[in-house]
Amino acid sequence: MKRALFLLACLFALTAQSDPILVPDVSQDEVQVRQGFTGTELLLFGAILDPSGSRAAANYDIIVVLKGPAQPIRVREKEQIGGIWMNAESSDFRSAPSYFAVASSSPINEIVDDRTAAIYELGTRFIQLSPSGTIDPEEQARFTAGFVDLRERQSLYKEQIGGVSISEDVLYQARLSLPSNVTTGTYTAETFAVSNGRVIASEVAKVEVRKVGFERFVELFSQQQSFLYGLLAVALSIFMGWLAGRLFALI
Amino acid sequence: MDVYLPIANLSVDGLFIVALGALTGILSGLFGVGGGFLTTPLLIFYGVPPTVAAASASTQVTGASVSGVFAHTRRNGVDYKMGGVTVAGGVLGTGVGALLFRFFESVGQIDVVINILYVVMLGAIGSLMMREAITSLWPASGGTVRKAMKRRHHPLVTALPLRWRFYRSGLYISPLAPFLLGVVVGALTMLMGVGGGFILVPAMLYILGMSANVVVGTSLFQILFVTMATTMMHALTTQAVDIVLAALLLLGSVSGAQIGSQIAQKAKPELLRLILAAIVLVIALRMLYGLGVQPDEIYTVVPL
Repeated sequence: MKRALFLLACLFALTAQSDPILVPDVSQDEVQVRQGFTGTELLLFGAILDPSGSRAAANYDIIVVLKGPAQPIRVREKEQIGGIWMNAESSDFRSAPSYFAVASSSPINEIVDDRTAAIYELGTRFIQLSPSGTIDPEEQARFTAGFVDLRERQSLYKEQIGGVSISEDVLYQARLSLPSNVTTGTYTAETFAVSNGRVIASEVAKVEVRKVGFERFVELFSQQQSFLYGLLAVALSIFMGWLAGRLFALI
Repeated sequence: MDVYLPIANLSVDGLFIVALGALTGILSGLFGVGGGFLTTPLLIFYGVPPTVAAASASTQVTGASVSGVFAHTRRNGVDYKMGGVTVAGGVLGTGVGALLFRFFESVGQIDVVINILYVVMLGAIGSLMMREAITSLWPASGGTVRKAMKRRHHPLVTALPLRWRFYRSGLYISPLAPFLLGVVVGALTMLMGVGGGFILVPAMLYILGMSANVVVGTSLFQILFVTMATTMMHALTTQAVDIVLAALLLLGSVSGAQIGSQIAQKAKPELLRLILAAIVLVIALRMLYGLGVQPDEIYTVVPL
């Protein structure tokens, strides 16, 4: 009995030691897109606690991944046909995140192997785009690379090696910037604690990016009252043209 | 000055957009072209999604043409009868254009179609205008200085049945000719995201043979109504009209159009046509170059 209790205690102690507690937070749980919005910076921060209280096992690495709402897309590839560059082949993806940023405290390929990275989508190479249709893997890889490269240059996809700083082996923080052309919707911020090549703890937080005020009104108006909206646009242009005509006639 | 565009979903420099509007407005007042052939590509280059750029540019062209039409009305420069016929054709043409647009978009070739259309149309019109402007500015150096030939309409136009009198244009021709012209221009308006003035003006001059003093005003009149139809069609189908973007463009272009039409009254018409021909040819050559050279972006993304 005594022995059993001891074993149980050991089990608790061991699991407690291998399972650190991750307490993540985001600087804001809502990003408001309004007039003058030129993009923003999200601060993903938190603490990693070892229940035993010691910092002996504190050689964790932290990886944060921020993902925007996924969309189904079609990627087209231009090719030179008869001297003219035109769209030739295309490939469909069912779920391409509209935004994808990953930051880590050390180079990702040094802290996890490719397999683990692929499982948790740690890196722009490992985004799961869910290709649809029957395309051979080589071609799929080419389209994926082309697409990711395009999004990277639009600063919608990015990898920030060393973007996570850890202080005192307890607190970590990462800054990720959202450009002004981000898609609105629910963003997920995932935090992973990695030790010895294994993900040992992970937590998810949500960030809502939405339009507010006049911007939201215009968007809804154009979608729900499209006829009136069109009339308004036409009326506005005629009025401004007329006004300018009158004003210049006075000069 | 950063302004967030609610439909295009990005923030732009407001002053830049106003300046862009002013540039196209001046062209619009000066030559009677809408300026859409400049706005749309420049907006796309700036990062505005192509559909939003085309839709909002058509709204802007409406405003630029209103002030242009007013300016030309004051000097009796609009043939309303001729304008009415081309508008009727133009509205029908936008419908045709919308169908063609959807077809080419679904097969993924809309960009190439638009580019080839630009090269062919602009190239043909530009060289025609250039030749005409040069011969009228510097008459043939053969020794005998001939009097400039009086412009007549194209022989095909006379072959059409039914004849109407268009007093201001100084024409007695079949209304089918301007109607068909309207259809073609309307379709191109929707396809290319332009006002169509750069096709309409030369066609009115060289195919219909309208008298030069009403050409610009009448073409603006047609553009005004056709772009209104285009804006409505975009608002209802693509929902890509960005009213903030359009308002910024309008601010520049309505003032630009006034300035342009003031200059137009003072400048020599042949010289204006020479300049327009040069602009049109440069754009055509740029587009031709773009077709043959490997583009910056091999991959494009469209939402499904």
